[in-house]
Amino acid sequence: MERTNTGVPNEKMLMWAFIGSECMLFASLIATYLTYRGRSLVGPYPEDLLNIPFITVTTFVLLMSSLTMVLALSAVQRGDARGSRVFLLLTAVLGIIFVGGQAIEFSHFAGEGLGLSRNLFSSTFFLTTGFHGAHVTVGVIWLLSLWVLTMRGRLGPESSVKVEVAGLYWHFVDVVWIVLFTVIYLMSGS
Amino acid sequence: MATIEAAVPDQGRGASTYAGGVWSWITTVDHKRIGILYFVSGLVFFLVGGVEAMLMRLQLAAPGNTLLDPATYNQLFTMHGLTMILLAVMPIGAGFFNYLVPLQIGARDVAFPRLNALSYWLFLFGALLLNSSFLFGGAPQAGWFAYANLTSSQYSPGHGMDFYILGLALAGTGSIVAALNFIVTILNLRAPGLSLMRVPLFTWMTLVVSFQIILAFPPFTIAIVFLLFDRMFGTLFFEPLGGGDPILWQHLFWIFGHPEVYIVVLPAFGIISEVIPTFSRKPLFGYPVVVYSGVLIGFLGFGVWAHHMFSVGLGPLANSVFAGLTMLIAIPTGVKIFHWIATMWGGAIRFRTAMLFAVGLIVMFTIGGLTGVMHASPPADLQQTDTYFVVAHLHYVLFGGTMLGLFSGMYYWFPKVTGRFLDERLGKAHFWLTFIGINLTFFPMHFAGLHGMPRRTYTYPAGLGFEGYNLTSTVGAGITLLAVLVFLYNLVRSLRSGERAGASPWGGATLEWSTSSPPPVHNFDWTPQVRSRDPLWHDGVELPAAEEEIHMPNPSYWPVVVAAGALTLAAGALIGLPVVLLGVAVMVGGIYGWAFEPIHG
Amino acid sequence: MTSEKALGIESGGVVAAHAHEEPHASNRTYVVIALVLGVLTALEVMVFYVEALAPVLVPILILLSGTKFALVVAFYMHLKFDGNVLRGLFLGPLFIAVAIIVALIALYGYLL
Ligand code: HEM
Ligand SMILES: [Cu+2]
Repeated sequence: MERTNTGVPNEKMLMWAFIGSECMLFASLIATYLTYRGRSLVGPYPEDLLNIPFITVTTFVLLMSSLTMVLALSAVQRGDARGSRVFLLLTAVLGIIFVGGQAIEFSHFAGEGLGLSRNLFSSTFFLTTGFHGAHVTVGVIWLLSLWVLTMRGRLGPESSVKVEVAGLYWHFVDVVWIVLFTVIYLMSGS
Repeated sequence: MATIEAAVPDQGRGASTYAGGVWSWITTVDHKRIGILYFVSGLVFFLVGGVEAMLMRLQLAAPGNTLLDPATYNQLFTMHGLTMILLAVMPIGAGFFNYLVPLQIGARDVAFPRLNALSYWLFLFGALLLNSSFLFGGAPQAGWFAYANLTSSQYSPGHGMDFYILGLALAGTGSIVAALNFIVTILNLRAPGLSLMRVPLFTWMTLVVSFQIILAFPPFTIAIVFLLFDRMFGTLFFEPLGGGDPILWQHLFWIFGHPEVYIVVLPAFGIISEVIPTFSRKPLFGYPVVVYSGVLIGFLGFGVWAHHMFSVGLGPLANSVFAGLTMLIAIPTGVKIFHWIATMWGGAIRFRTAMLFAVGLIVMFTIGGLTGVMHASPPADLQQTDTYFVVAHLHYVLFGGTMLGLFSGMYYWFPKVTGRFLDERLGKAHFWLTFIGINLTFFPMHFAGLHGMPRRTYTYPAGLGFEGYNLTSTVGAGITLLAVLVFLYNLVRSLRSGERAGASPWGGATLEWSTSSPPPVHNFDWTPQVRSRDPLWHDGVELPAAEEEIHMPNPSYWPVVVAAGALTLAAGALIGLPVVLLGVAVMVGGIYGWAFEPIHG
Repeated sequence: MTSEKALGIESGGVVAAHAHEEPHASNRTYVVIALVLGVLTALEVMVFYVEALAPVLVPILILLSGTKFALVVAFYMHLKFDGNVLRGLFLGPLFIAVAIIVALIALYGYLL
């Protein structure tokens, strides 16, 4: 392990700084979403389409993937090969379910006449959730790559920082969704 | 203050050498070589931007001139602004970060050498993509801040704005990656004993600027993605007919744009905070205050953006708040100026060229800061905005502040980088021509602006009283051009036959002067143990007890592969889906190749 | 707060990576947190459906989702146990990000 002034491994610090940067990215999206709320000139409007029960389920799935992610990290750190494999894969699968849900939602909206360029709601909704979905997708690919490494026995406790960094990213994406779920879906009525 | 160089055993005795050839530059991950690449590219774009400026000045030399048609003129001022700020000044600044930060903190390289190479290639490819718009149907014409809805596909047909979006997306990503790297490097890779409150000011300013970059560029990225979608897929973000609000672009742009002006100027402040103590033979006066005011500027810089939007009509409350914050930010800026002056006060000043440029910065930046505070007041700004008065302000801070600072740094560190001095006589000529040239160019613009001459118009009628100001400006621009030519000649000549310089030609206080000029690949033979803020002036540097093993990272071609993938992806947005997919494939392949490449040989 | 020494940043000393590590939360804690997160989400959705709460919906939701946010960051992302450097690296940008959202919606007249 390299020695650093702060005691924090370089990779981990890099990820936290990146997360700081990502805060501004999503802040810009959320601010735009909020300033354009209720300004669509034509329907469909959010209250016509948003399916709260459905999205609650996928939200729950993503939340639980954060649990499996920490469990994966703790398994890797303990050198528990089987645990690492299972939980990494499980996390990725939960992520895939979430993205799948999003795909279903998007195509449902499109079917209801909410194309990307329909109104301000569609523009802001698709870009904000789309940016998030892209982040989840990248996370899934990353986790699957790590999973392949565990399958080959190449991810022991000595390289746990790799999993830790992926985990930080994953949790951050989850945290963003906590905000988006509230702002886009639950506040849609007010 | 005497220099106690004896306390500092020479480093870099058993100097290892670089492999030669173009390939070794393409695959380099060495921070010094990447610094040189940034520097040379930035200088080339500085010349490109300069030619654009000269063309505009020639057009404006006389009323009713027809040298350039309006459309060409619009392309020129747009590309001039973008080139100077994002492709010249920022990269030259990045050249200094790259070359100097590891040396100043006693490290062998940055925390992530390959990411560092990636940053450079992303910048270069983005810059080339943006400039290639001249060849493919015309450059963007909407000004560097590209206000909506002038940029919609209706009002900006053709691909100019698409090149703006895609080129800047690439270059901006490069900047973010570089900034992340430097944050980690400065926080984590300092030599033992070099606490943050002992770090040289240039490195401190690099840290502040890096934070500003990672926080300011994302809003801009989002804004250009919105614009891309508006133009390509018909979304309504900035489309008033669909309820969208063009003013939102202005907010997102200036949330980035104002911090950006500090991103551009703080490195120069850092540079002269090194130069002035060295040539005054006195430690920087009030070091902690200078550091904290830099941090404060960095922080407040995010709260003043709407001073670029006073004429939008945000309302008296919003205008007052932003005016107040803007005036507040002038305070830490002024604090810095007084600390530089206090450092010189009573010092044994040597007016070498580097010092001349540093003092020039103080003079010019003070003028630019004053006009800045003038239009921080909304009623005054309503009179001045969109006139040549603003053009005068921004050039006093950008050329008079940033560029003079960068020139100062070039004269100061050229001996470190090359082992040779830049010629002093040519240097002084360069300084005086520049100083006279830019004042002749930009000072009259204050009056032209106050008399109502609007910026961004390709010509003006005779008889409004603008002729004299404009002719003077054009003459001044010619003198500035001459200065640049003198500088280029000096560079070339000194590289070949400049006087030889030793490890510490100026008797500087910071660690980069403790290793040979140029430094060996590994920078330091042994890691210095630092015991004071000016380690080469007092208290010195301790020798470590044991020999160290030195591992330097291998060269790698993956950074350039990943960047080429990103370029293909961006170009694909203009060409078609297959090219996009190809770009993604190259990028993904590159990332995997990167991840599994052994770092050390 | 961690001591200055552990911070390494004031002393400028070189601290071996992980030298100052405090005990991790246990797997049990993680599961408990997940339960709490689930419950909070359920509460949020309930609040959404209760007509009577409509006037205070936004503050309640901000409180609940803020708590979820903080729990994930503190425990799953380990920030509660990490040093001040990482905390600053995250909380500084977060502060600016939130301030910008608030400023923009204020400028667009949703707050005043
Ligand atoms: C004392 C500190 C400063 C103050 C109070 C200040 C204030 C202002 C204000 C109020 C404007 C808007 C004028 C208008 O468009 O009507 C402005 C424009 C500008 N400032 Fe400054 N400024 C300061 C320092 C700087 C620095 C350090 C830089 C860059 C190195 C800079 C670069 C610019 C640029 C590029 C513009 C014009 C942007 C454009 O419209 O294209 N300023 N400044
Ligand atoms: Cu500004």
